[in-house]
Amino acid sequence: MTEQLLTVDNLRVSFHTRAGENQAVRSVSFRVGAGDTLGIVGESGSGKSVTAKAIMDLIAAPGEVLGGEIRFRGESLRGLPQKKWRQLRGNRIAMVFQDPMTSLNPVKTIGYQIAEVLRRHKGLGKEAALKESVNMLRKVGINEPERRVHQYPHEFSGGMRQRVMIAMALSCDPELLIADEPTTALDVTIQAQLLDLLTQLKQQSDTAIVLITHDLGVVAKVCTRVVVMYAGMVMEEGTVEDIFYRTGHPYTQGLLRSLPQRGGANRERLVPIEGSPPDLIDPEPGCPFRERCPYAFEKCGELPPMLETEGDGHRSLCWLLEGGKRTLAQALEERGEAAR
Amino acid sequence: MNRSKWRNVGAELMANKAGIVAILVLVVFALAAAFAFLSSKDPNEMNVMEKLRHPGAAHWFGTDDYGRDYFARALYGGRVSLTVGFLAMILSTGIGVTIGVISGYFGGLIDSLLMRFVEIIMSIPSFLILLLLSIYLKPSIGNLIVIISLLMWMNISRIVRAETMSLKEREYVLYAKASGQSSFGIIGRHILPNLVSVIIVSATNNVASAIMMESSLSFLGFGVQAPNATWGSMLNGAQGLMFSSPYLAIFPGLLIFLTVLSFNVLGDILRVGFEPKLGKR
Repeated sequence: MTEQLLTVDNLRVSFHTRAGENQAVRSVSFRVGAGDTLGIVGESGSGKSVTAKAIMDLIAAPGEVLGGEIRFRGESLRGLPQKKWRQLRGNRIAMVFQDPMTSLNPVKTIGYQIAEVLRRHKGLGKEAALKESVNMLRKVGINEPERRVHQYPHEFSGGMRQRVMIAMALSCDPELLIADEPTTALDVTIQAQLLDLLTQLKQQSDTAIVLITHDLGVVAKVCTRVVVMYAGMVMEEGTVEDIFYRTGHPYTQGLLRSLPQRGGANRERLVPIEGSPPDLIDPEPGCPFRERCPYAFEKCGELPPMLETEGDGHRSLCWLLEGGKRTLAQALEERGEAAR
Repeated sequence: MNRSKWRNVGAELMANKAGIVAILVLVVFALAAAFAFLSSKDPNEMNVMEKLRHPGAAHWFGTDDYGRDYFARALYGGRVSLTVGFLAMILSTGIGVTIGVISGYFGGLIDSLLMRFVEIIMSIPSFLILLLLSIYLKPSIGNLIVIISLLMWMNISRIVRAETMSLKEREYVLYAKASGQSSFGIIGRHILPNLVSVIIVSATNNVASAIMMESSLSFLGFGVQAPNATWGSMLNGAQGLMFSSPYLAIFPGLLIFLTVLSFNVLGDILRVGFEPKLGKR
């Protein structure tokens, strides 16, 4: 077991809306080891981004972190004074947001914005910080960085802005990088380039990455471990191989089956997951997926614990796996049910 | 960073002939006001024999209904009007921006309190405040500027507050927070630079309001006292004679108009220079 860099335990975040308390994240736990790449997958509204923001203490009213523990290198991040946070953010924990079109200040040059982070955290002077910004831009693959550094965000394309964001995030050599859907707003070819860049930069440093995405393809490409989220809960966690080949949860299975298969029959129909996610205002007790689960049975009215599933550290939130370490397919076979 | 911004402003100025004219106008007005004492005429000397002379060689701007040389009055009046217009613009913008940014950025209780305060001041007729203050404060140009500013900052603060509220939700502000920036760092580096164009537009409008407000204040006996001239009071005095001697209204009106126009043109150049997207040609 590697040293745990980040541990999240039983995190709960709610938004107090007029309609009631929206329990966006209810009980999320996971671990990130030093140098790991963890993917957090889930559909829209599953609480991925809220989890990321909660780690960075960026939840603003009407949101509130209700409970749970977040530890970074063993030190609790909850209730950390703002002053400490300012030393941590951008320096040891950095973040990249989804939309590169709005993440940069339109009236400041690119160089200024990267240099600002360096000057604050590394105490570099103006000249030195600018020089380092040029280096960072070169590192993320921007041509003519000496000229580019004096340009404004509108002179950069979306993909290049996201490269700039990555450069900014990595400029202080953080121990943890949280990337909240960094490729979602970009087109597919640029997505692939950025993922390559991330993987390549990852090999050069031992920065751990938490990659939030709804794209299983992205997860397969860059992640080592995966957390599958649904309705504010972790449904399944394990290595990429576990998730893809030893699937433990019916929801994960549903996600995988709704993807087009390579080499699949021509004009093969994709299998969607029927129904829609539950309302998180006053959610019903029990397994959140049971309304849409093809295998739901009486016991699902009660919330299952995370159960050991075939594989190392592979666990799923499903009653079907009760009584022995095995995959969903094996469990179904035992019950004499065919996969549906 | 700022150097390149100012270079943008310079380039914009060079490319824009109206900008050069505006600077010339303001410089000429300022110099004329500063060196008003060089004029051989006394602005307050009455001469009933010479009253209401139309503009000519003896009196460039004619004379008013007391026979005072209108050109000399315009020169001396410019001292007060330009000083008051410019300084009141700076002061009211300063107050308005500070309150607006704090209110918009921090929100919540601070916002409610500050905005209610703004509404209270706006709801009291300004002349009531003026009359009250004129009892307690000695009439002087300094006090005049302060009072005018105190009556003018509310609009800017409301505009700035609204803009700040929208700016603070931008992702780069969240990002600045996520990269360890403090609240005041965010305000200084990310909010204020994005407010520049909004501020400049309202600030240039305030120059005109300040010049006009000065005339009503002087009319009320606060500020510049009776025989001394200001552009605003000259315009005020011309009211009854508009048809027989229109030049009495035209000259001070034209001076105010040119001043305000020049400030607007310069403001526009500053705005374009500071906005990176508009600045590049």
